[in-house]
Amino acid sequence: MNDVADKQRLDRDFTELYRAHLRDVYSYAYYRIGNHHDAEDLTEQTFLQAYRHFDRAQRESKGRPLRPWLIRIAHNLAANYYRDRSRRPVTQLDDAAVISAPHGTEEMVEGREEVKEVLRGVSELPDDRREALIMRFALDMDNREIARALGRSEGATKVLIHRAIRQLEQGLEEESAGDEAGVEQ
Amino acid sequence: MSDAERVERLLKMAFAPVEPPEALSDRLERGLTEMADAAADELSEWELSAMSDPRNWVRPAAAVVVGSMAAGGLVLVRARQQQKKRQGSGLRALERSLRDVADDLEKRLRG
Repeated sequence: MNDVADKQRLDRDFTELYRAHLRDVYSYAYYRIGNHHDAEDLTEQTFLQAYRHFDRAQRESKGRPLRPWLIRIAHNLAANYYRDRSRRPVTQLDDAAVISAPHGTEEMVEGREEVKEVLRGVSELPDDRREALIMRFALDMDNREIARALGRSEGATKVLIHRAIRQLEQGLEEESAGDEAGVEQ
Repeated sequence: MSDAERVERLLKMAFAPVEPPEALSDRLERGLTEMADAAADELSEWELSAMSDPRNWVRPAAAVVVGSMAAGGLVLVRARQQQKKRQGSGLRALERSLRDVADDLEKRLRG
């Protein structure tokens, strides 16, 4: 850090990172924590921490995107949040996220119950599977990015996501089989 | 549609991206500014009392790094403020404000 031009470039780059990924970090925090108040805290802490280590992260990234690094910070802070408060992660449905989803009203009403069922299933997944799904579907991250954020190999990440989806499928099948049995009785 | 595709479609609906509240950006920018102030204070104290003693250089050197990084927070703050004022000129306004802040930063570092 001995060159003013470097500092200016770093500041510009951080500004870009912040603008590009504020929504990603907030979405991740919200789905990980389950309420807006704590999601705001987590987002704030993530960016402040990122700020402190941005120079080094940028040097070590060798030009790779920094979103996985940013999400990894949020991931670690969320883990601390649960450890400190002895809370279990939750995934909340009844808020802006589902309501604001870009779908038609009719489709929304039809899908709402199914979405609730899926979210119930997600809340019962092991932490690593749930996190991988949040990164994939809320942040649209690919396997490589998710692998970097979780500190796993790409192959292991692919398997993790596949198993998470398979577990949800099975849960939905069991639920619908239970519903049908209930109707027959 | 296969069961897996159906689950993926439902997951996309369930995990729609969530827009952060406006107040969060303001709060975050305040935090960055406070960090800049704290680092600047530490740097000033060091300049007055410890310049002659090399054993004291490590911590304030870290403050220089944090301070210069945190000053970038001001880039965010000012860029946003100026962007709000000049909504019509969009990116040009942002670039201009970044140049202004970069000049300020350069002056501070040289002064």
